[in-house]
Amino acid sequence: MYNFEFEKPSTIADAVAALGGEDAQALGGGQTLIPTLKQRLAAPSALVSLGGIPEMQGVCVEDDGAVSVGGATSHAVVAREAAGAYPALAALAGQIGDPAVRNRGTIGGSVANNDPAACYPAAVLGSGGTIVTNARQIAADDFFEGMFTTTLDEGEIITSVRFPVPQAASYQKFLQPASRFALVGAYVARFADGVRVAITGASEDGVFRWSEAEAALGKEFRPDALMDLRINPMNMIGDLHGSKEYRAHLVSVMTKRAVEACM
Amino acid sequence: MPKDSGIGASSKRREDVRFLTGAGNYTDDINVHGQAYVHFLRSDIAHGRIKSIDTSAAETMPGVVKVFTGKDFEGVGGMPCGWEVTDRHGAPMQEPPHPILAQGKVRHVGDPIAAVVADSLEQARDAAEAIELDIEELPAVLDMKAAAQEGATLVHDDLKNNICYDWHLGEADNDKVNEVFANAAHVTTLDLVNNRLVANPMEPRVAVAEYSRGTDEYTLYTTSQNPHVIRLLMCAFVLGLPEHKVRVVAPDVGGGFGTKIFHYAEEAFCTFAAKACNRAVKWTSSRSEAFISDAHGRDHVSRIELALDADNNFIGLRTDTYANMGAYLSTFSSSVPTWLHGTLMAGNYKTPVIQVNVKAMFTNTVPVDAYRGAGRPEATYQLERVVDKAARELGVDPIALRRQNFITQFPYDTPVALTYDTGNYDGTMDKLEAAADLAGFAARRAQSEANGKLRGLGINCYIEACGIAPSNIVGMLGARAGLYDAATVRVNATGSISVMVGAHSHGQGHETAFPQVVADMIGIDESMVEIVHGDTSKIPFGMGTYGSRSLAVCGSAMVKATEKVIDKAKKIAAHLLEASEADIELKDGQFSVAGTDKSVAWGDVTLTAYVPHNFPLEVEPGLEETAFYDPANFTFPSGAYACEVEVDPETGQVSIEAFTAADDFGNIINPMIVDGQVHGGIGQGIGQALLENCAYDENGQLLSASYMDYAMPRADDVPFYSVDHSSQTPCTHNPLGVKGCGEAGAIGSPPAVINAVLDALNSGGKSIDHIDMPVSPSRVWAAMNG
Amino acid sequence: MTQVSMTVNGQAVSGDVEGRTLLSSFLREHLSLTGTHVGCDTAQCGACVVHVNGEAVKSCNMLALEADGADVGTIEGQAAEDGTLNVIQQAFQDHHGLQCGFCTPGMVMSAAALLKENPRPTEGEVRKYLEGNLCRCTGYHNIVKAIMAASGQDVSNIAAE
Repeated sequence: MYNFEFEKPSTIADAVAALGGEDAQALGGGQTLIPTLKQRLAAPSALVSLGGIPEMQGVCVEDDGAVSVGGATSHAVVAREAAGAYPALAALAGQIGDPAVRNRGTIGGSVANNDPAACYPAAVLGSGGTIVTNARQIAADDFFEGMFTTTLDEGEIITSVRFPVPQAASYQKFLQPASRFALVGAYVARFADGVRVAITGASEDGVFRWSEAEAALGKEFRPDALMDLRINPMNMIGDLHGSKEYRAHLVSVMTKRAVEACM
Repeated sequence: MPKDSGIGASSKRREDVRFLTGAGNYTDDINVHGQAYVHFLRSDIAHGRIKSIDTSAAETMPGVVKVFTGKDFEGVGGMPCGWEVTDRHGAPMQEPPHPILAQGKVRHVGDPIAAVVADSLEQARDAAEAIELDIEELPAVLDMKAAAQEGATLVHDDLKNNICYDWHLGEADNDKVNEVFANAAHVTTLDLVNNRLVANPMEPRVAVAEYSRGTDEYTLYTTSQNPHVIRLLMCAFVLGLPEHKVRVVAPDVGGGFGTKIFHYAEEAFCTFAAKACNRAVKWTSSRSEAFISDAHGRDHVSRIELALDADNNFIGLRTDTYANMGAYLSTFSSSVPTWLHGTLMAGNYKTPVIQVNVKAMFTNTVPVDAYRGAGRPEATYQLERVVDKAARELGVDPIALRRQNFITQFPYDTPVALTYDTGNYDGTMDKLEAAADLAGFAARRAQSEANGKLRGLGINCYIEACGIAPSNIVGMLGARAGLYDAATVRVNATGSISVMVGAHSHGQGHETAFPQVVADMIGIDESMVEIVHGDTSKIPFGMGTYGSRSLAVCGSAMVKATEKVIDKAKKIAAHLLEASEADIELKDGQFSVAGTDKSVAWGDVTLTAYVPHNFPLEVEPGLEETAFYDPANFTFPSGAYACEVEVDPETGQVSIEAFTAADDFGNIINPMIVDGQVHGGIGQGIGQALLENCAYDENGQLLSASYMDYAMPRADDVPFYSVDHSSQTPCTHNPLGVKGCGEAGAIGSPPAVINAVLDALNSGGKSIDHIDMPVSPSRVWAAMNG
Repeated sequence: MTQVSMTVNGQAVSGDVEGRTLLSSFLREHLSLTGTHVGCDTAQCGACVVHVNGEAVKSCNMLALEADGADVGTIEGQAAEDGTLNVIQQAFQDHHGLQCGFCTPGMVMSAAALLKENPRPTEGEVRKYLEGNLCRCTGYHNIVKAIMAASGQDVSNIAAE
């Protein structure tokens, strides 16, 4: 690692100020960032830990029923504390990484990084969530801009993520056997006014909504509704762990299984 | 009744206490006052010509002690290869130089180009970034068959081609082999790949070297399975140092699996640099660095053909293999596809005509050498896969086909240079059939099918040759080392014993199992015996631990030395008891005169040995004996394994539902430890079959360069295993009748898994002959939809 | 350099570290607590698992300064003062749940965290929980068995003693 200054502010305002420094970078749980730093693939001048800001911690249910998760909340806390209010989200959080990683990794870190195989982006997009930052609120549909890219500005902090709670939802993850990220993950959420399907792990463009599946399931919410739908393998990721065609196939299978789990 | 101590007892491991409390002493836990740290600048391209290396900026960076390049090592030797293979025409293998730091060319991603020694590791890394390299990239040689073609790019410019050797074993007359196949009632042919693996002991390699100007002595602490071998190779072939001035210590070592046998450039570098810098120098590999600098394993591409007569008797076997050596010859690389692979092609079967052909290839990849099983898994995989395919083609029961062709008379001379001393393959298969409840498989399959899954059963057998020996034979075959081992039994005045052994324990539990033998022979408590290993300054000599040899070879030396101790102690006891030496018996730690009630305790005799007031004049005082043991033959453990899998037909995901191993290891010293060795081997074999794949892209970049892409087996990838070791035909030529158990699991399990997967897929109506390992979901799905 | 203070195995400790100093480095190099091992650099192997405020974390993937003020537990603090192994450690020895010992500290610390959360885990729950702990020696058989035994369950029927 290159060396850096370490700061751990206790308010969002102080964190924003600290991140104003040249090449300062936010540190969530560090579960992806620290390995990156070890490889010397990044050289921040300062790391600003978001772990000491009380208002960015925890899970709460808002007046409109939405579940709000503080940006610095660990996966383990979401798995525990969202289990009642939004079980599918809690279940997804409980499948990220491994127990020790879940005790450190945070929702804000995961969403901001937008790894194309990460789990959380599927939940945020699949739920039609809102990313709340120190500066604005961003709809999930506008937030994810492709692999490792989001609409976040330099120094902007995800303070919380708000999830409307669907009538039923399920996340089905097919493991990449080495990293335990998603080789393909499908998040299906059924709302009163429609169905959202978000797919992670599969696409060269990162997390995406499978609109044909949403339309078909909107008409008829049952696994068979997906029977004739196929994803074009062209834009899928093809690598050591699975061909483009295989990933396209898994998108169908995992989506179907998620629908089954919602029934 | 299980025994509670001595030979045959599941004594709890004494070494566990330090490992369970964080008190182990691994090499990275060793820090020498004032030590500097080295960082190696490694090639990030697979093949290139070094035009210039400018270290001037790096040398002035903060904390830098010294920067080394290949030029600094022009006066010393390169990394040696310990086995000279002679090719089919009688010529020696092509043996290119393997410099400590690259000279002239870089030949694989990870090849060290320069080394920076600095006050801190981060300073060394900073300075390494300031080294300016001008390297002309050359086409990477990766595909072994293409590399063998005339006109292929050369990995080593001074060699005539990329073929290290073209070797054969068994029937040399092609016409005779062709005739066998021409007259066969059935021929089964299979093309397969034995996937390249990374050994991945959980402890990465580390070396710490120190040098004293005052005494001109060196100490190297290193993560090695065989410290004496490292000292010998480094002193005699690499650095030209006097052996008596060099101490090599391998303290607690966190797993080896073969990859810590070899003498590595980093060990020689640290030792050299400790003197050059007049400072202790430490290197700790990161896991990422391990992937590009530890010798890899396997990586064979083979075609195997099996000829059967009209009665399904095996009448001929022919195999052609391309074996990847990587860019350089690692210490024992050349022996793996030849004498550890070709010799095993008879397996458990009385096939009369066998021809083995092996081309060893240089490529722009990390060197390949022994990994758990080393050649024997590759042989077993080929043979047991082709036998299984033959059974399917012929529509016969795979177990019956195997049984029909088993060797049943021992000793048995194979057509590929070995003499099996003993075995009982039908008896071991009987044990497997019972332990795996094969009779209940049909019901289990029906249950799986009711759950929408395909279920398969895979069977295979294996034979392995352990405790590679004897030295005079391996010498004729090209080994540049002897393969005996040594032990010294030092009895203290109060009767406790230190046994200095040449074998090294890095998970095998020698510290517990070896004392069980000595204690049993004398009749004293195990706690009175301590094993000393891993330090050249404490042990007379030793060849180390590999090839499942520790107990069969070093244990035998220990038995011989203990026998010498007992013989001498009997002389002393005879004197004390005023009896004839021939009448002295030793039982339960008491020397007694046969037929009388006169006796003297072990402790009184040992005390007399060191306080020799009342002592036989013709006997020397003291009680310490050394023995070297050179086995008369290999040992031949064998076994039969069964694997049951479920395949999810929608995703191609394979899950291991049951795994049963029936092994014949001869006599067993500590059943708990033996079971554990087999569990671990099976875990690695399942890893190879389902998960692990070391892969390069077309430019020679390693794709599986960390645990993010190299899939290690985890707890939820495997089931509880069932192991049965009750089939025992003791080895006929070593004093303990033991055979070795360390590699069996890794040898026997991959074909069982693949046979099971294919059985499952074929039960689902697909006709699929073969899928290469690892049988990832993607590959299974592709095969099902191909 | 910044001063960091924490409690490690019940003892107050402090030291001067850089921003980049990892918790594992602080334990191993500053405090000479070398029982915590580093087996990878991508947060996969789990040999470095320690407890921070009672929760299992990968100490090679956490900055020492992030543990400022925390209560840290390592393998060195698991046995009783007189050296008596705790129930998990003892079960690992009784059931041969370790071979080379390198992954063992992380395994024991993860097992302790599991049993705190789930005092009688099933085989499947144990295997799932160990997702972040790699062992290359044991094939996991005896580790899973040891953890189940440590939870007070009868493991005598598990295949292949």
